[in-house]
Amino acid sequence: MATPYVPLLKEELDIVIPTIRNLDFLEMWRPFFQPYHLIIVQDGDPNKTINVPPGFDYELYNRNDINRILGPKASCISFKDSACRCFGYMVSKKKYIYTIDDDCFVAKDPSGKEINALEQHIKNLLCPSTPFFFNTLYDPYREGADFVRGYPFSLREGAPTAVSHGLWLNIPDYDAPTQLVKPLERNSRYVDAVLTIPKGTLFPMCGMNLAFDRELIGPAMYFGLMGDGQPIGRYDDMWAGWCVKVICDHLGLGVKTGLPYIWHSKASNPFVNLKKEYKGIFWQEEIIPFFQSATLPKECTSVQKCYIELSKQVKEKLGPVDPYFNKLADAMVTWIEAWDELNNTSEAASSKEANGVAAK
Amino acid sequence: MSQVVINDSEVDIVIGALHSDLTSFMNEWKPIFSRFHLIIIKDPDLKGDLQIPGGFKADVYTKSDIERVIGSSSSVRFSGYACRYFGFLISKKKYVVCIDDDCVPAKDNSGNLVDAVAQHVLNLQTPATPFFFNTLYDPFRKGADFVRGYPFSLRSGVDCVLSCGLWLNLADLDAPTQALKPGQRNLRYVDAVLTVPARAMMPVSGINIAFNREAVGPALVPALRLAGEGKLRWETVEDIWCGMCVKVICDHLGFGVKSGLPYVWRTERGDAIESLKKEWEGVKLMEDVVPFFQSLRLPQSATTAEGCVVEMAKIVKEQLGKIDPMFSQAAESMEEWVKLWKSVGSG
Repeated sequence: MATPYVPLLKEELDIVIPTIRNLDFLEMWRPFFQPYHLIIVQDGDPNKTINVPPGFDYELYNRNDINRILGPKASCISFKDSACRCFGYMVSKKKYIYTIDDDCFVAKDPSGKEINALEQHIKNLLCPSTPFFFNTLYDPYREGADFVRGYPFSLREGAPTAVSHGLWLNIPDYDAPTQLVKPLERNSRYVDAVLTIPKGTLFPMCGMNLAFDRELIGPAMYFGLMGDGQPIGRYDDMWAGWCVKVICDHLGLGVKTGLPYIWHSKASNPFVNLKKEYKGIFWQEEIIPFFQSATLPKECTSVQKCYIELSKQVKEKLGPVDPYFNKLADAMVTWIEAWDELNNTSEAASSKEANGVAAK
Repeated sequence: MSQVVINDSEVDIVIGALHSDLTSFMNEWKPIFSRFHLIIIKDPDLKGDLQIPGGFKADVYTKSDIERVIGSSSSVRFSGYACRYFGFLISKKKYVVCIDDDCVPAKDNSGNLVDAVAQHVLNLQTPATPFFFNTLYDPFRKGADFVRGYPFSLRSGVDCVLSCGLWLNLADLDAPTQALKPGQRNLRYVDAVLTVPARAMMPVSGINIAFNREAVGPALVPALRLAGEGKLRWETVEDIWCGMCVKVICDHLGFGVKSGLPYVWRTERGDAIESLKKEWEGVKLMEDVVPFFQSLRLPQSATTAEGCVVEMAKIVKEQLGKIDPMFSQAAESMEEWVKLWKSVGSG
């Protein structure tokens, strides 16, 4: 049964925001975000100063910081692409991460009430998932819902939730071809549901409004090699989502999708997007069957072990598709090495000084 | 809502009458049902005549009709909720919509009456997408589409052959749950239709469903009958068993199953606590049934719904028969059902 009070998890959650422009959008989020610590990953020109609205407690990393902290391993972090945000996951010391794009604002539910997206994500993460059997009334732990007749009692404890994937009103997350065909389509349908994506099923994970349990799945949230110098863009979150789902399925963790909604305000240029996505659209046709049939040996009992194993399979099976995948597989390994370094030893932690000043 | 043009002659509405006075039920549904042909099957155990108001194109079948068609010694028993399967058998239409007789039309969030038949037919006429989850739910709905990252080769989808609707007010909860939460009412209208992914199993409630009879009619099997089966939904699992058979068969044949809209407004009668005594049987069986279906794989040689049912019956007998005689009985019913289907149903 759901309790009315949702713990804020102020000391346990970091909000990771990639930005190349400014952080004006934070003003609208202030009532909901101000209690939390922000990790801002500044993409693009490190000489530019990103203004953070006053009153937020944050650390900020630009490319110089990333290079300094990771040394040669910085090669795994994308440049000129919001994929760089995963650096924020790596340096966080918290249990939970919420990541949001800087063109996402507070949405309203059908009653006109402003949606506290973070609160809903926290609820989603703190409640079990049900990946082993589909519940037709969606999230059975929500107030007013439950497991339906026929749902086996032995499966009603569910699985720990590793990921909470939120959605978007207004500008939907379409690919370039769809944007070109339907430039005016807006998502105005508020679907009042949270549901678990069944085990064995893949999905397109969008990084615009995403929360996860860093302790359960953090190392698998690598957003790949995108942007500058790379043949592909706008597949960072997709790549992470496919890896994450395969690993979650293997480790018995759950992935939820649905509420909360945010208001996505900016439609990116479809022609620019098409150039970025172009190769991905073709490669997807090989990548998806790869992930759909990927299996991990039972010796892979940690996320890192699963991820390293996946990287080997990527090299073996996708390497032949394009040399990019060999690079990506290597970067996946570099990422895990960097993650372990930054997260297991205290020497690494003390050398990590951020650029931004923590506000009072 | 929908722009689908429904061909009346393609749809049969099958009603299993477990209560003799259908007057208010039928009148509530009149705006939606009156244009269609109705097949009403009276539960053979129900005493007294059915009361059906005028203004419908309805054919009514009673115990004697059932016996005339299938003989009196069939192992398939069309009693209780299972009486509606007789309607599925004798229907000649492409689409069958079936709603319990204690449900009335629901209203959506704008206060409009939900045309459950139109929504079900729309679900069945638009493709399903079982191989990859679309986070914006049904991509074929107006105002939605496939999201970024959805592989293009999977965007044409597959035929949807089963549409599972939901229930406002009294949701289809089992007896223990309803007994624990007697005041719980489902008032959340979730405005979505989604495809249940391939290989994901689910409990299909028989309260509000529709299916493509031409594609999978034989797969909706009246088979698992509890020893203490009763006349309340809490006292049955026949639809749950049937639904899992259908899902496995759909996954095998490459068809899709959708869940979500339409909603109906349900007013079940009965006492959950009373039903607890009978329900436990079903609840316990689920623990064996679910793992069985989750791992069930049909042979490649099964290429039709009938063929799938025959193969499935064999495997049920082999693997579940030894756990409980109810399963052997279910397997026999499935075999018998296919024979009936071939002689009666495919005409």
